[in-house]
Amino acid sequence: MLSRLCLAVAALILLERGSIAADLTVGFVTSLSGPGASIGIPYEKGILAAHAFAGKVGDTNIRLIRLDDASDPSAATRNARKLVQEEKVDVLMGTSGVPGTVAMAVVAAETRTPTISLTPASQPQSPNGQWLISIPQPPPLMVAAVIERMKKDNVKRAAYIGFSDSWGDLVYDAVMQNAPAGSIEIVTNERYARADTSVTGQTLKIIAAHPDAVITGGSGTPGALPYLALAERGYKGGLYGTHALINPDFVRVGGTAVEGVIAPTGPVIVAEQLPESNPTKKVALAFREAYQKANSAPTSDAFSAYSFDAWLVLLDAAKRALQKGQPGSEEFRAALKDAMETTSEVVGTHGIYNYKPGSFFGVDERARVLVQLQKGKWILLQ
Amino acid sequence: MTPEIALLLIQDGISTGAIYVLVGLGIVLIFLVTRVIFVPFGDVMGYAALTLAALQMKQMPGTIWLVLTLALMATVMEFYSLLRQGQGRRLPRALALYGLLPLLPALLVFIAAGHELPMWLAIVLACAIILPISPLLYRVAFRPLADASVLVLLIVAVAVHFAISGLALVFFGPEGFRTEPMTRAFFNLGPIGVSGQSILIVASSALISLFLFVFFERTLMGKALRATAVNRIGARLVGIMPSTTGTIAFLLASALAGFSGILIGPVTTLYYDSGFLIGLKAFVGAIIGGLVSYPATAIGALMVGLLESYASFVDSSLKEVFVFGALIPILVWQSIRKGSVEEEIEEEEREGRA
Repeated sequence: MLSRLCLAVAALILLERGSIAADLTVGFVTSLSGPGASIGIPYEKGILAAHAFAGKVGDTNIRLIRLDDASDPSAATRNARKLVQEEKVDVLMGTSGVPGTVAMAVVAAETRTPTISLTPASQPQSPNGQWLISIPQPPPLMVAAVIERMKKDNVKRAAYIGFSDSWGDLVYDAVMQNAPAGSIEIVTNERYARADTSVTGQTLKIIAAHPDAVITGGSGTPGALPYLALAERGYKGGLYGTHALINPDFVRVGGTAVEGVIAPTGPVIVAEQLPESNPTKKVALAFREAYQKANSAPTSDAFSAYSFDAWLVLLDAAKRALQKGQPGSEEFRAALKDAMETTSEVVGTHGIYNYKPGSFFGVDERARVLVQLQKGKWILLQ
Repeated sequence: MTPEIALLLIQDGISTGAIYVLVGLGIVLIFLVTRVIFVPFGDVMGYAALTLAALQMKQMPGTIWLVLTLALMATVMEFYSLLRQGQGRRLPRALALYGLLPLLPALLVFIAAGHELPMWLAIVLACAIILPISPLLYRVAFRPLADASVLVLLIVAVAVHFAISGLALVFFGPEGFRTEPMTRAFFNLGPIGVSGQSILIVASSALISLFLFVFFERTLMGKALRATAVNRIGARLVGIMPSTTGTIAFLLASALAGFSGILIGPVTTLYYDSGFLIGLKAFVGAIIGGLVSYPATAIGALMVGLLESYASFVDSSLKEVFVFGALIPILVWQSIRKGSVEEEIEEEEREGRA
C-alpha cells in the first residue's frame, strides 16, 4: 500500500518534471513496516536528512524514490526490479536487513545497476562482476576492537554468550579469529534465542567457568538478557558487547545491569565527545543538524548515519561519473560503478571511505571507537 | 555440575514451570469445554505484561483498541444472529453483555493511562482489560463454528494467533519491555538465594491451581463446566448451555493469562511475540497431561520448566530441541497407553453429529 503510494507520488513528480532531462535518480528501499521496522525507520529518516543536506551534484538534480519492503526480502527484490525497470534509477540503496540487501544485490548485478548497501552485506558472485559496495563496518573489524580492549584490560579468560542465529555465529567466529592473537582463552560458547525468557542455565555455566570477562553476541533489547542474568547472580567481572547493542531501548531494558558495558561503535554516536582532530567530527555534527532540520527530532542511532554516509559516497562518485555520461544511460551507470569502486578518502559520519575493486567494505580502524555505558550514557573511551 | 548449580537449576526450572502451569491449565480448560486448542493463549498473556509495562511507563496501552474492536465485532455478530432468529427483545441484553461490559475496563484504563499509578492499581487495571479479550475472541471466532471438528477449530485458533500477535506489533512496537519488580526481597536458603519474585510466582501458581480445584469441585458453575467437558450433549440435556460454559471457560482462561503475564513481566523481557513460545511450551506440558487432566498438566508443565532449565545448562543451543523433542516420546507413550488419539476425535465428532 505504502509502496504503491510512494510510487504514485514518484510518478506524479516524474510527470511534472518530464521536461527537465537527466536527473540523477536514486532508488532507496527500506523496511518501514514488519519486524525490521525499528531499524528500517531510522534509515529512512537518515536519507531524508541527506537529501535535504545535498539535493544536487554540481548542476544535476538528484531525484530520490523511496519504497518500503515490509522487512520481506522478496518485496525488496520486487522493489529493486520496479526501480530499475520502471524508474530507470541510476543507483540503488538499501535495504535495512542483510537478507533483503543480498536479494537486491542479485537484481543489481543482473541489471548492471550500481548499489550501495546500508547493511554489512556482500554481493553473491555474478558473471557481471561486482556492483555493490557496503557502507557499514564489517562485524570482524568491530569485534577486533573489543578483543584489543580486553587484552588491554588484562582479560585472560573470556566467556561468550550470543544469539542462536547467524548474528551469534558471526560474532563468535570474529571473537575466535581475533582471540588467539590476544592470548585470550574463550571458555564458553553459550547460545540463547531472541525470545527466550531465561538464560539462568547459561549464566550458571558461565559463572562456573570463572571468566575474567563476558562478551555477548546479541542485539538491541534481547541483548540485555545475559547482562541482567549475570547481575542477578552477582557476577562482577568485565562486560563487553558489540555495536549491535547500541540503541536507547537496550539501556532502558538493561537498567543498572548493563552499567559499564564496553562496546565498539561508529564515531557518530559520540560525535560531541570526539577530539577536534578527528576528521569525522565535523561531518557528524553537520549530519546531526541536517537530521534535526529534516525530521524535527534529534538523532540517537547509528543507522540513519549510514544512509547519510551512503549519500556522501554517492555524491563523490557521481561528481566523477558525470564527466563520462548522462544520468539514465548505461554508460553513466558503468561509470558510476567504476567511480564508486575507486572512492578515496571520503569523510563520512562513521569513518573515512576508501573502496577498491574486489572489496565490498571501505572503512578501516578510523571507523570505530570504543564506548562505555556510564550512568545510562555512552561515553567515549580513549 | 556441582550440587549448588543443580539446586539453582531446579529453582529456575520450577519458577519457569510455574508459569507454564498456569498457561497449561488455561489451555486444557478451554480445550475440555470447547474443544478449541487456544493457540493465542500466550499472546493474550503477552498483552497482559505489555499492557502493564505501558501503564507503568505512563503510555496508552494499545490493548484498549483491541478490546474496542473486538467488542464492536462481537456486538454486531450477536445482533445479526439474534435478529435472524427473531429475538429482537434480547438485543438490549446482548448490547450490555458484548458492547458495554467490555468497554468498562477499557474506559478505566483510558482514564488512568498517563498518570502515575500505584503498582497494585496498574496490575488490577491490566488484569481487568485482559479479561474480556478471550471471551470476545470466542464469540467472534469460535462460537459460530462450535460444532466444527477439532482440526478446523485449531486452524482458526492459529489464524487468530497471527492476527492478534500482528496487532501487538502495531500496538506495542518491536522492542521488548520489562515491568517493574513487585518485590525486591531476596532470601538466602542455605547455599542458594531465592528471589522474592520467583517465590511469588510459585505461590500464586499454587494458589490459583487450588482455587481452580475448589471451583470445579464445589461450585455449580464449575460442575457445569466439567459436565460440558465430559459430554456436551448430555450437558445440554440437563440445561447447561454450551455457549455459556464456553464463555466462562474463556473468561477464566483470560484471567489465567492475565495473572501469568503479570507474574512473568518482571523476570523477563517480553516482546510482542514472546507469548507464543511460552504458550507452545505450556502446550507440551498439557500434552503430557493428555489434554484432559489438570494435575497431570501441572506436573507436565513443571517437567517442561525443569527440562528447559537443565537443557540450557548442558547445551544451550539445543535447548528448544530438548523441549520440543520431548513431545515424541510423550506422544508415543500416550498412544500406547490409550490407543490412537485420532479415533477419539472421530468418536467425539460422531457424538457431535448425533
